[in-house]
Amino acid sequence: MSKAEKIEEILERYSYLDSKSLIPILQDIQSELGSLNEEAIVLVGQRLNLPTSKIYGLATFYNQFKFEPKGKNHICLCNGTSCRLKGAKWNMVYLEENLKLKNGQTTRNGQFSLEVVTCMGACDHGPVISINEEYYREVDPEKLKHIINDLTQE
Amino acid sequence: MNITIEVNNRTIQAHKGDTILEALNRNGIRVPTLCNMTNLTPSGACRLCVVEVEGRDTLVTSCSHIVENGMRVMTHSPRVVRARKTLVELLLANHPDDCLYCERNGFCELQDLAAELHIRERKVLRKSFTQKLDLSSPSIVRDPAKCILCGRCIRVCDEVQSVSTFEFVNRGCNMYVGTTMSRDLNFSSCIGCGQCVLVCPTGALHERQNFAEVMDALSNPDLIPVVQIAPSISVSVATEFGLKASKDVNKLLYNALRKIGFKYVFDTAVAADIAAVEMAAELIARKGNGNNLPMFSSCCPAWVKFVEQWYPDYIPALSAVKSPQQVMGSLIRNYFAAENEINLSKIFSVSVMPCLAKKFEAQREEMTTRGLSDVDTVLSTRELVRLIKLYGIDIQGIEPQHPDKPFNIRSSSGKLFGISGGSAEALARVVYHKLTSKELNDSKITEVKIISGVKAFSFNAAGQTFTFAVVNGLKNIHSILPVLMEGDVKLDYIEVMACPGGCVNGGGQPYVHEDKYVKLRTKAIIEIDEAEGIKCAARNPLVKAIYDDFLGETGGEKSKKFLYTRYSKREVLL
Ligand code: SF4
Ligand code: SF4
Ligand code: FES
Ligand code: FES
Repeated sequence: MSKAEKIEEILERYSYLDSKSLIPILQDIQSELGSLNEEAIVLVGQRLNLPTSKIYGLATFYNQFKFEPKGKNHICLCNGTSCRLKGAKWNMVYLEENLKLKNGQTTRNGQFSLEVVTCMGACDHGPVISINEEYYREVDPEKLKHIINDLTQE
Repeated sequence: MNITIEVNNRTIQAHKGDTILEALNRNGIRVPTLCNMTNLTPSGACRLCVVEVEGRDTLVTSCSHIVENGMRVMTHSPRVVRARKTLVELLLANHPDDCLYCERNGFCELQDLAAELHIRERKVLRKSFTQKLDLSSPSIVRDPAKCILCGRCIRVCDEVQSVSTFEFVNRGCNMYVGTTMSRDLNFSSCIGCGQCVLVCPTGALHERQNFAEVMDALSNPDLIPVVQIAPSISVSVATEFGLKASKDVNKLLYNALRKIGFKYVFDTAVAADIAAVEMAAELIARKGNGNNLPMFSSCCPAWVKFVEQWYPDYIPALSAVKSPQQVMGSLIRNYFAAENEINLSKIFSVSVMPCLAKKFEAQREEMTTRGLSDVDTVLSTRELVRLIKLYGIDIQGIEPQHPDKPFNIRSSSGKLFGISGGSAEALARVVYHKLTSKELNDSKITEVKIISGVKAFSFNAAGQTFTFAVVNGLKNIHSILPVLMEGDVKLDYIEVMACPGGCVNGGGQPYVHEDKYVKLRTKAIIEIDEAEGIKCAARNPLVKAIYDDFLGETGGEKSKKFLYTRYSKREVLL
């Protein structure tokens, strides 16, 4: 299914289209396509009869919306209360220092992207990260280094 | 109903429902404003208009608070002035210090505020926002470094022009004014009308200058510089030269342009006459075969681009006759040059327009004949004023002169193209004359009601009824257009000028801060029309002569070749 078809399918779910459905629609698109892009705003604009500038303005206002595509390896890093207490921060520092990767960004080479989330429901095993839906528990910078190295060598 | 409020310990009268600001202005008390725009809902964003109201702990934005009976207001208490000063200091914090080199030097609202509040040193210094100068549009230049985020351009483009090119992007200290996907303007939905330039308080938005090219051409001995000036210019510049606002300085401008070095000076109103005659033939033909009705006006290039982007299905409705600027350009190269045995590529054809979209129109590839652009370059009214001042010409001290042959007689309806409703009026006069050989006067015209905000009228000629509608500015156009196209009243012609009021209020006109001046310009044009004898383009002897001499018949082979054009769908981010 092409991106455009996917977006059309999402729009179909909304029976009553008006500007109030804008945020939920953008959320759905982002969660299913990973990020927003030009095509998405144009299609949504056409359906909701809104200028694309208004959609772009709104989407950039909220931190939750991203316009960068996800990297080949998409890292979700939990910074929920429990993981934070167990040192999730050091993993973030590691990523920033070694991959120049901050929340919401994708590395230049498109290999990694980072999304900081709050609680992934595995508090007992924190700090938790997932990469492309695969979960890693009790992650510290040392362990993270190996994970990243393995992925880069693939 | 009147209520009484007390301002700075004096009692003044206010109308019920007034904002504090309106009541103050009505009584000649001025407080500075930045984000406030007359006729648009207050946004309360800049907070510069704050005043002190007794009984309130915090300062109140006067542009968005309604007066209450007995209210006691202080507009210039130390606390208020201090607050305003701090606000302006913060605006200046990341504003470049290059006033001397700025396009708006001398008529910048930020400069005025800094002077008024006596800001004499930089108190706050913040890293300036690095976003690049956008030179991509042939009409508008955007310099984001000078933007103070007042939001006026966003609102005018959205609420008045229905184009919505700009929006605030990001938030907090990363906020800037941008287009969809932060693209350059030429990829955006911008139609180049320039209304945002008219409202921007600083140098963040200004026109693309073609001044230098013109100066080069004027001093190039191999070129023959020729200039045409649009109908609305002569009634819009008087104040710039210290004359009374409503004065028509047409004949003085011809002299000034010759003094500057133009070899030939022409009046675009003559081309408007020719365009009107061609459009009448086109409309009568369409009415005969029932195709592509209603016909849309195509004299406004911003409107043409609007149709190409949003309503490509309606492109065939646009009149195929070029705009007056392009008709004149084409006739200068293809007719005037031959008549005067000038090599047509030696001609440097300049037009002075009240419009920034005309800069875009002149460089459209559809506007060329035999590989040469009809018009080489376009100056705005403001650039013309600068040119005259630069050459040290004292407008008040020069003699009136006439334009050059063969474009030296116009009808007064040619002049009407400068105001909203003018092209419809001019066209109606020619259509009526063509079909009845008589003149159309007011008694033969009946007003038609269609939808609020649109003027419409009809007249009968040779057993047919013609109904014309006039859309003044693009406000609400997306909801008006379907009514005009599919409503009960069958229309023959729809005139749309993108700028509210028409070209007299074009994006290239001198900056004025009150509607009053635009009304005076309009009035001046109407008075010219009332006073003059030749009111119908078809009765202009010169138009007849040009057809006899060169063009042949209206709608004929030569007209098609030199005066007609085509339009096509445009892909931009809407
Ligand atoms: S020139 Fe007109 S259409 Fe373009 S951004 Fe400015 S107001 Fe909008
Ligand atoms: S570009 Fe001009 S009008 Fe637009 S927000 Fe900036 S300062 Fe205001
Ligand atoms: S806080 Fe990290 S999984 Fe719950
Ligand atoms: S003018 Fe009142 S808040 Fe800007």
